[in-house]
Amino acid sequence: MPTLPRDAGIGFKALHYEAILEERPAFGFLEVHAENYMGAGGPAHARLARLRADYALSVHGVGLSIGGPDPLDEAHLARVKAVCDRYEPESFSEHLAWSSHEGAYLDDLLPLPYTDETLRIVCDHVDRVQERLGRRMLLENPSTYLAFAASTFEETAFLAEIARRTGCGLLLDVNNVFVSATNHGTTPRGYIDAFPLHAVGEIHLGGHAQEEIDGAPFLIDAHGTPVADPVWALFEHVIARTGPLPTLVEWDNDVPDFPVLYAEAARARSVLRRHAPREEAAHAHAG
Amino acid sequence: MPMPGEMARFAAQARAAILDGAAVPDGLGARDPGQVARRFAVYRNNVTVGLVDALATRFPVVHRLVGDAFFQGAARVFLARSPPRSPVMTFYGDAFPDFLGGFPPAAALPWLADVARLEAARTHAYHAADAGPLSPADLAAVAERDPERWGLALHPALRVVASAHPIVAIWAMNQPGATPGPLASRDAETALVARPGLDVRVVPAEPGEAEFLAACGRGASFADAVEAALATAAAFDPARALARILAHGLCAGVTLPETETEEPS
Repeated sequence: MPTLPRDAGIGFKALHYEAILEERPAFGFLEVHAENYMGAGGPAHARLARLRADYALSVHGVGLSIGGPDPLDEAHLARVKAVCDRYEPESFSEHLAWSSHEGAYLDDLLPLPYTDETLRIVCDHVDRVQERLGRRMLLENPSTYLAFAASTFEETAFLAEIARRTGCGLLLDVNNVFVSATNHGTTPRGYIDAFPLHAVGEIHLGGHAQEEIDGAPFLIDAHGTPVADPVWALFEHVIARTGPLPTLVEWDNDVPDFPVLYAEAARARSVLRRHAPREEAAHAHAG
Repeated sequence: MPMPGEMARFAAQARAAILDGAAVPDGLGARDPGQVARRFAVYRNNVTVGLVDALATRFPVVHRLVGDAFFQGAARVFLARSPPRSPVMTFYGDAFPDFLGGFPPAAALPWLADVARLEAARTHAYHAADAGPLSPADLAAVAERDPERWGLALHPALRVVASAHPIVAIWAMNQPGATPGPLASRDAETALVARPGLDVRVVPAEPGEAEFLAACGRGASFADAVEAALATAAAFDPARALARILAHGLCAGVTLPETETEEPS
């Protein structure tokens, strides 16, 4: 199965469709949320089918509730499979989070404790997703605002164990690392150093909102601003260790005009190129 | 080590805290334990604001008609009662029109629920399956046949929203760039929502059309559908209805009985 190029990608927004079609900008791939393509037809599918002809594609799910205690929603998994069958994306990814319980969908990525119980739940769910989709998936580290007294694993060890048991890959959201570390008073580089980088199949970069609680910075994963400078530095720290990886720039709220988003992707690409193996760098330069 | 089922217990508490304003779940920590409630509030706020925004995006005319404060209040009551049942947020709010119809503070706006039904129908039309609209060539191919022997297949995007109020006029004057004004008429309107290509359109049905289309949807022949339309509207004009079906993409094609489709023509 083809994989995403080790290049910068863009989170696709319908309002950028015309700009992308006219300018055919050079970036590596597009990413879409699976749940936005679960209707039967219409303009959303028409746009994606058109762009998919020209770009590699990552399908990113937000609704499978992989970290939730309920059995996986087989009807929803069938919808995800239909999207994957329709577009044959180079990658499918989901989140280490939950969003559904007893029939209610909470439309957010909610946190879970890291325990033997939740490890078993998540691994069962990842196994089922990979079996149903017939492909390896990537699982994304969350941004969190709270910790759990019950947790017996560090998040990095928890993700490493999931990857080891299920064979899934990981999606490393560098902004989430920075948000969580700031909120929990830990060091983002310490998290990266403990992260199973060998399993990473994609990077996410996005903007966060900064607030304060009791005078201390409190970060919210809002995806409504440019990527922050310390997140760029942390990204470079990752790429220096891993070499180039498919790297998505996400901007989901207060979405800017296309050139602003494209400039963020170009900045990510310049970091990837700086750390490309010499041959690839020469090739990229010549190209 | 946590007991089995601890995650389910946490999820149930978190769900109640987020949707029903119940207490923050046990067992949560933060750098400063005094911050737990304020940090948990981020999740509650994300969910609530996200769902209200989803409804406001799907029901822009209802939002405009009642104003933001009323809409926010109504949406929050609705989402606590009817949280999404599916992660496909595209269709969240299918039950919102019925909710508005029974929401006492909206009782003074008797047309509001039907305007909401029209907006909900537009979302379904937008995401419906693609189908080539009925073409004049399709009709020419059956022109010589007995109209008892062929029928019309509805376009998968077609939605018919009947109302006792002028919902198409109310909807149209509350589109971006339009200026709401006095209604020309208080007469009932039935909305036909269609998507012949990629653009959703809303047109008021003419007398008999809704009955004609409903009969087509049940698989009636063209002749039987005309009869059904004439039964409710003596002025129903089949030729005019066909012209409007072609113009607005209300039908997807012609249907023939299976025994006939295999006959050489």
